[in-house]
Amino acid sequence: MNFQAGKDTLKRKFDTVGTRTPRPDGLDKVTGRAQFGADLTAPGMLWGMILRSPHAHARIKSIDTSKAEAVNGVHAVVTSRDFGPCPDDVLDIRENVMARGKVLYDGHAVAAVAATSRSAARQALKLIKVDYKVLPHVTDVDEAMKPSAPILNRKLFTKGLDKTPRKPSNIAERFEFGHGDVEAGMKQADLVIERTFKTEATHQGYIEPNACLANMGSDGRADLWCCTQGHFMVRQVCSALLGMDASALRVTASEIGGGFGGKTTVFVEPVALALSLKASRPVKIVMSRSEVLRASGPTSSTSIDVRIGMKKDGTITAGDATLRYQGGAFPGSAVPYGAMAAFACYDLKAVRAVGYDVIANRPKQAAYRAPGAPMAAYAVESVVDELCKELNLDPLDVRLKNASSDGSKASYGPNFDVIGLRATLEAAKAHPHYKARLKPNQGRGVACGFWFNFGGETSVSLNVSADGTIGLSVGTPDIGGSRASIGNMAAEELGVPHDKVRCIIADTASLGYNDVTDGSRVTFASGLAAINAARDAIGKMCERAAGIWGIPVDAVTWEDGAARPSSPNAGNHEPLTLADIAAQAGATGGPISGHCEINAEGAGVSFATHLVDTEVDPDTGYVKILRYTVFQDAGKAIHPSYVEGQFQGGAVQGIGWALNEEYIYGEDGKLQNPGFLDYRIPVASDLPMIDAVIVEVPNPGHPYGVRGVGETSIVPPLAAISNSVSSAAGVRMTQLPMSPPRLLKALGRI
Amino acid sequence: MFQIHVSTSINGDDTEFSCEADETLLDVLRDRLGLTGSKEGCGTGDCGACSVIVDGRLVCSCLMLGAEAQGREIETIEGMANGSELHPLQQKFLDHAALQCGVCTPGFLVAAKSLLERNDNPTEEEVRYWLAGNLCRCTGYDKIVRAVLDTAKEMRKSPKTKKTAAKKRVKA
Repeated sequence: MNFQAGKDTLKRKFDTVGTRTPRPDGLDKVTGRAQFGADLTAPGMLWGMILRSPHAHARIKSIDTSKAEAVNGVHAVVTSRDFGPCPDDVLDIRENVMARGKVLYDGHAVAAVAATSRSAARQALKLIKVDYKVLPHVTDVDEAMKPSAPILNRKLFTKGLDKTPRKPSNIAERFEFGHGDVEAGMKQADLVIERTFKTEATHQGYIEPNACLANMGSDGRADLWCCTQGHFMVRQVCSALLGMDASALRVTASEIGGGFGGKTTVFVEPVALALSLKASRPVKIVMSRSEVLRASGPTSSTSIDVRIGMKKDGTITAGDATLRYQGGAFPGSAVPYGAMAAFACYDLKAVRAVGYDVIANRPKQAAYRAPGAPMAAYAVESVVDELCKELNLDPLDVRLKNASSDGSKASYGPNFDVIGLRATLEAAKAHPHYKARLKPNQGRGVACGFWFNFGGETSVSLNVSADGTIGLSVGTPDIGGSRASIGNMAAEELGVPHDKVRCIIADTASLGYNDVTDGSRVTFASGLAAINAARDAIGKMCERAAGIWGIPVDAVTWEDGAARPSSPNAGNHEPLTLADIAAQAGATGGPISGHCEINAEGAGVSFATHLVDTEVDPDTGYVKILRYTVFQDAGKAIHPSYVEGQFQGGAVQGIGWALNEEYIYGEDGKLQNPGFLDYRIPVASDLPMIDAVIVEVPNPGHPYGVRGVGETSIVPPLAAISNSVSSAAGVRMTQLPMSPPRLLKALGRI
Repeated sequence: MFQIHVSTSINGDDTEFSCEADETLLDVLRDRLGLTGSKEGCGTGDCGACSVIVDGRLVCSCLMLGAEAQGREIETIEGMANGSELHPLQQKFLDHAALQCGVCTPGFLVAAKSLLERNDNPTEEEVRYWLAGNLCRCTGYDKIVRAVLDTAKEMRKSPKTKKTAAKKRVKA
């Protein structure tokens, strides 16, 4: 009874879906009862701590751990020697969680200890002697690409070129996307503008530092508790790194205190397992904030060239971009996504985006909300804005004129299905915000953004209890209220009140494999699977009713939470509610549950348009956000409060990226601001209310029309704010963050 | 390692513990007393996730030593509800969906309670500045600020909740 796209799509009338129900984990989270990564302890538990490199790039000549091992209370010390051979696809992760031979960035792990107290662990760390030979380093993306740059990895030869180069390079790979004749397109333009932009690396900035509790026995079986966006991913990677059977490792996802993509990989988990194995005791590791900033994944810093041609009437004739992203010490930056997303908002005859994935002496980047797209949109939307200004055209009209729409060929290849970009632009144009007056030193910025969205492998189990309530097990950690939205979809489908369904995140031993909570996939894919599991259970309950009534199952229908004869011909039977059938389950064939195991396709792509007003203080360079409105297509908002929350949260992360946040490296290659005082994320007093306008253009790939909403909201803000600030300041800004010193410099004040 | 013996009061309960001299109050609450509702987001007083009230003052428990708790009255998130009856702020945070991941929520609730005990009619700007020491990465603060303003409004209207709050303040 699995849902098939294009068939029974787009249910339009809802009871529970679209309402603002209380969240199932709410009480625990307002009373302090909710258990996050660092909140669990185990009998006999040891504290694990990690020694980290003070150098950006150095050869490890030797590590002497003998004095650390002799500290009273220390039960295990591990180094890279404790991680044996592993499959190729996790080699970089193995090296990132524990340096082998070389340290590649300030903060790179080199050894770890487990001790009975934190003070003993700290003392032991100080006694580990590492002899380094310091090597030249490079942290800037453009510098790292130069032939003269220090080479991080002598075995790295640029992929994606016509000819494989003979010399190693920090450029890991070249990508290219697009179609049409770009140069011919540029010739048709009345105006071509080309600009170069730079953006600094930012961190996901989740408030909960990475943490885990590992408990591994000498029989090779282990339990692992951790804050992660994907405990099945943790099981897969850690079991591969530790040489275990996957099923020997049971991973339970704790409550997760924010992830934003940053918790889609492992950092401390394999180390805690290795320590636990060696000590035969449970080991807890909790990163400090400084470790989080130095050694868990930030996003890329970038350098981007964009060239766009436009006719006087606003028609874009061609778009061309070259994107250079450094993704830290290992290949795998999000540059392909950036290159694919750069021009996705525009229906273009000629478009090209070239991406370079570059390595540098910085922590290995991890996904950050629409990975790669915000920087690309920043560059493209800035040039579109400048063209509009030069040609005296309205920025929303120009976007409406060139907007991708249903069926248009995306700049990265496929043809779009039903999409909502135009609807968000029209909503923005009709909104009072767009007509509000501005004062001197104030400016308005507009930008659009796109994200692919993802479906992926998903497994859900729905159990009907004898009292007619529902236990719903999903395998996608809830990072923003998804238990409420998934439970509500199951309740809707079953026809029961939302509070009869309890949705939990099951551990890796209790459910089939689930992909990570990423790609804005959870409400879409786990929701789709929950609807399918509900339909599976409904089918079984209809069979039970048919048996009770002694009629064929095809003469039974399910409506408003009860089995009913499908027509008068089927006999005159009183409806059997879900609770009625559940109460008789034992006598009619045993427990009733519904399942769905699916590789979900049909995640509809997502678009947003953002409007922002800023005021620039020309004396101090301070930028104040005066007003901010998000218009985004949610397909169908299952829980509008949490959809608004995603819009608002993404916009504010974008505000931080645009105005304040940056990784600052010194000449010595060390991170100078590894703390929340100097790595300054937006605080309440920096901001106005963030108005969230939900646009609903249903996704034909989901029975209720859902599109993922989590990521698109961070794509437009960098550009929207830069366009607004550029307008307020009267000077085009081309570098982020637009911190006061940078703005004063642009204004010629310093 | 040498430990210091401390007698204190936590959420109205007389409490004794021993701790090392360099342990923070947050370490003691979380690791010695099992009160894990207070969170460590930074350990440097920048994020407010460990906010507690000490003798009526809002403090980051990561910036105070456990030994300094001697003879003090400490309120944590675990003491905010009156049994099964939520504090109005807790209820409004739920009603307004003022949390996503929820890890910053205990700190925001404790800080907001401290604000409303001093100012029962704060402006939006006053709420924003009072809560500027609490970091939230999920919500963009919009729904948090609305929840606090709405709580203040309701507490002003309802003499019962006002009285309860006043009583708790006297106790503190």
